[in-house]
Amino acid sequence: MSLACRTCDTRVGEELFGIKIDYEKEYVVALAGNPNVGKSTLFNNLTGMKQHTGNWPGKTVTNARGVCRYKDKEFVMVDLPGTYSLMAHSQEEEVARDFLCFARPDAVIVVCDATCLERNLNLVLQTMEISRNVVVCVNMMDEARRKRIRVNIEKLSEILKVPVVGITARKKNTLKNLLETLSAIVDAEEKKQYFRIEYPENVEKALEVLEEVLTRKIDYVNSRWLGLKLLEHDESLVESLMTFLPFNIFEDMEVMSGLENACRVLEENNMSKDDLRDITVSSIVRQEEEKSKNVVVYEDERYAARERKIDRIITGKHLGYPLMLVLLVVVFWITIKGANYPSEMLARFFLYIEGKITYVFELAKAPDWLHGILVTGVYRVLAWVVSVMLPPMAIFFPLFTILEDLGYLPRVVFNLDKYFKKACSCGKQALTMCMGFGCNAVGVTGCRIIDSPRERLIAIITNSFVPCNGRFPTLIAVISMFFTAYLTNFYGSLVLSLILTLVIVMGVVMTFFISGLLSKTILKGVPSSFTLELPPYRRPQVMKVIVRSVFDRTLFVLGRAVVVAAPAGAVLWLMANIHVGGETLLGISASFLDPFGKVLGLDGVIVLAFILGFPANEIVVPIIIMAYMSQGSLIELDSLSELKALLTANGWTLTTAISMMLFTLFHWPCSTTCLTIRKETKSMKWTLLSFLIPTLVGIVVCAIFANTVRLFGLVI
Amino acid sequence: MSRIPTLNDLKQGQKARVKKIMSKGTIRRRLQDMGFIEGSLVECLQRSPLGDPTAYLVKGCVIALRSEDSSSILVTEVL
Repeated sequence: MSLACRTCDTRVGEELFGIKIDYEKEYVVALAGNPNVGKSTLFNNLTGMKQHTGNWPGKTVTNARGVCRYKDKEFVMVDLPGTYSLMAHSQEEEVARDFLCFARPDAVIVVCDATCLERNLNLVLQTMEISRNVVVCVNMMDEARRKRIRVNIEKLSEILKVPVVGITARKKNTLKNLLETLSAIVDAEEKKQYFRIEYPENVEKALEVLEEVLTRKIDYVNSRWLGLKLLEHDESLVESLMTFLPFNIFEDMEVMSGLENACRVLEENNMSKDDLRDITVSSIVRQEEEKSKNVVVYEDERYAARERKIDRIITGKHLGYPLMLVLLVVVFWITIKGANYPSEMLARFFLYIEGKITYVFELAKAPDWLHGILVTGVYRVLAWVVSVMLPPMAIFFPLFTILEDLGYLPRVVFNLDKYFKKACSCGKQALTMCMGFGCNAVGVTGCRIIDSPRERLIAIITNSFVPCNGRFPTLIAVISMFFTAYLTNFYGSLVLSLILTLVIVMGVVMTFFISGLLSKTILKGVPSSFTLELPPYRRPQVMKVIVRSVFDRTLFVLGRAVVVAAPAGAVLWLMANIHVGGETLLGISASFLDPFGKVLGLDGVIVLAFILGFPANEIVVPIIIMAYMSQGSLIELDSLSELKALLTANGWTLTTAISMMLFTLFHWPCSTTCLTIRKETKSMKWTLLSFLIPTLVGIVVCAIFANTVRLFGLVI
Repeated sequence: MSRIPTLNDLKQGQKARVKKIMSKGTIRRRLQDMGFIEGSLVECLQRSPLGDPTAYLVKGCVIALRSEDSSSILVTEVL
């Protein structure tokens, strides 16, 4: 390690990349690679961390950091976002390039997919141009073997003149070799040369002078590469140079005159900056073609025939759409069926415990208000969230993860893109919507995969039209109480799934509509170009997914329940029991909101519940229940039919139920999501709009529905 | 008079070599990164259910492009 010049510069890693590194004790290793080649899987297996992985390009959007110990060494692994190139056409590429260039890691692992090595070599060569300690790591060796694609690792290493290791990132035992290589490379005294790509003569001539000047000025960036980028006038790099270099390179006389000279040479040869860029790109691609030719052997030319066949069905003209719907229905059906039993069990368990706790309170002669606030308030809300909300979440999430790992989601984008194009937005919005099913905040962060800022904003604003995991159980509960109660069990859950699917489809249609509306009004523009990679299907690690997401989800929901639901329960109990002028606070607020609620087909309590549920959608229904119960009708709630009785006693009709579902689907995003939007857009205006637009949609839709029903006297 | 065929003219299963990319700016780079450069062989795999976008096989990977982008890639005669 060349410590001397680096320790003074630790700030680079910490301040600019948000990653704390102790350069004296640790070796910094960057993980680069094309999107979706298994970087995160490798990262997790090396560091024992749990970055979310999935079979679609763009999963990792920020730098993640983790520590990996091997023998006496400590490696800090930095998982860079996946990129096809380092020429910075997007945010992720910029992040990756800046890290490799200016944070100066001790080694860079470039992860490649053995099943399409040639394309991956593009990034390998580009990385080798700016970094001297590259280890090429060819992943998915098992998959390549299955497809009878033979990759000659030794030969590749010989040609590239850097260490190359073949691994299967999923299998930990294949990683030892990689760590051994890594260990050797950081120990190596002598630095390797940067990879040199030969360009046509006139380009070389222009570069010559500039290269010499830059070598004298900056010792840690490849001056040949830097010179070329300055000649191309790579704008994003210009910006980074201003940020990261200790001096302003554009005020340096020598550099500037060198640059001028070089530009003159290009002009003399009639070469524009665009031509130059084309030449740089194609020179690299030629190299990669030549190199891969000797390394990869396809023993079976039709290695992907089965995949093509599956694609023709899944994204086919006739079956593409029906299959998407069927899949949704099946996923919901499994969720509903599977959640039923644990839900009931948990509810009974909590009721039993409540009895015991009350008994203890009585024994201890605790005051009534204490029992009220802790048991009727905190405990009951918690119990509801855990027993009714948790089981569907814990089942839906892994099911969805399996679809994700399989590689189905990019196919959804492929199927739906035409509609997004019509709405002048990006097809990848479909991916962010899929993420929104899990959690809207995650969906909003995921919008980073959309390159065009205009289209990204559209995706962010409309993300909450997809009901997140915290809203699903509410929908399921309302549907099963008011629509499917009289149907027998099997048909009941089937009809329930169908209705739920219909609700989702409504959300999707609304997404298209609002996206189109935004594109015509405040976010005017034409759809931008985009490329979408359809990755090979991969067998999901079913058991691992189930164990992990059940466990993670459970912990997550429990954590949120304690942080959000418990205090909400306490606040609510207080509101229901503090009297002002003969009425409770709850009563006052509810009757204040009542007229507004009535317009929407709801009532004051429901609107209040949505407002108090701003921190988390999970607690909306428990708030409604508590509010009704505190108003007199005390029932022991251990089943949905009793809940229905409570609701009907408080004036719920089918109209209320439908309005409730509509408003659950269309209303403001939760507080976490709002904060995420603020962070992502860095603008109060767009955060506010993301709050207002879904809210307005909800109000309009509910008002139209409720008043139409009223107008035709269809009180149902 | 025959127009130079573009990638968008390919039918399912047809192959052609890229001749020239007409698009400018970011998308041009992006296409080049994906392997659409002069001389590379591209196969049209299939269209999506609504006819657009279309999936192409290039350098061993499946890449979907919207018709606007695929019609800016000129190709040699269909193989």
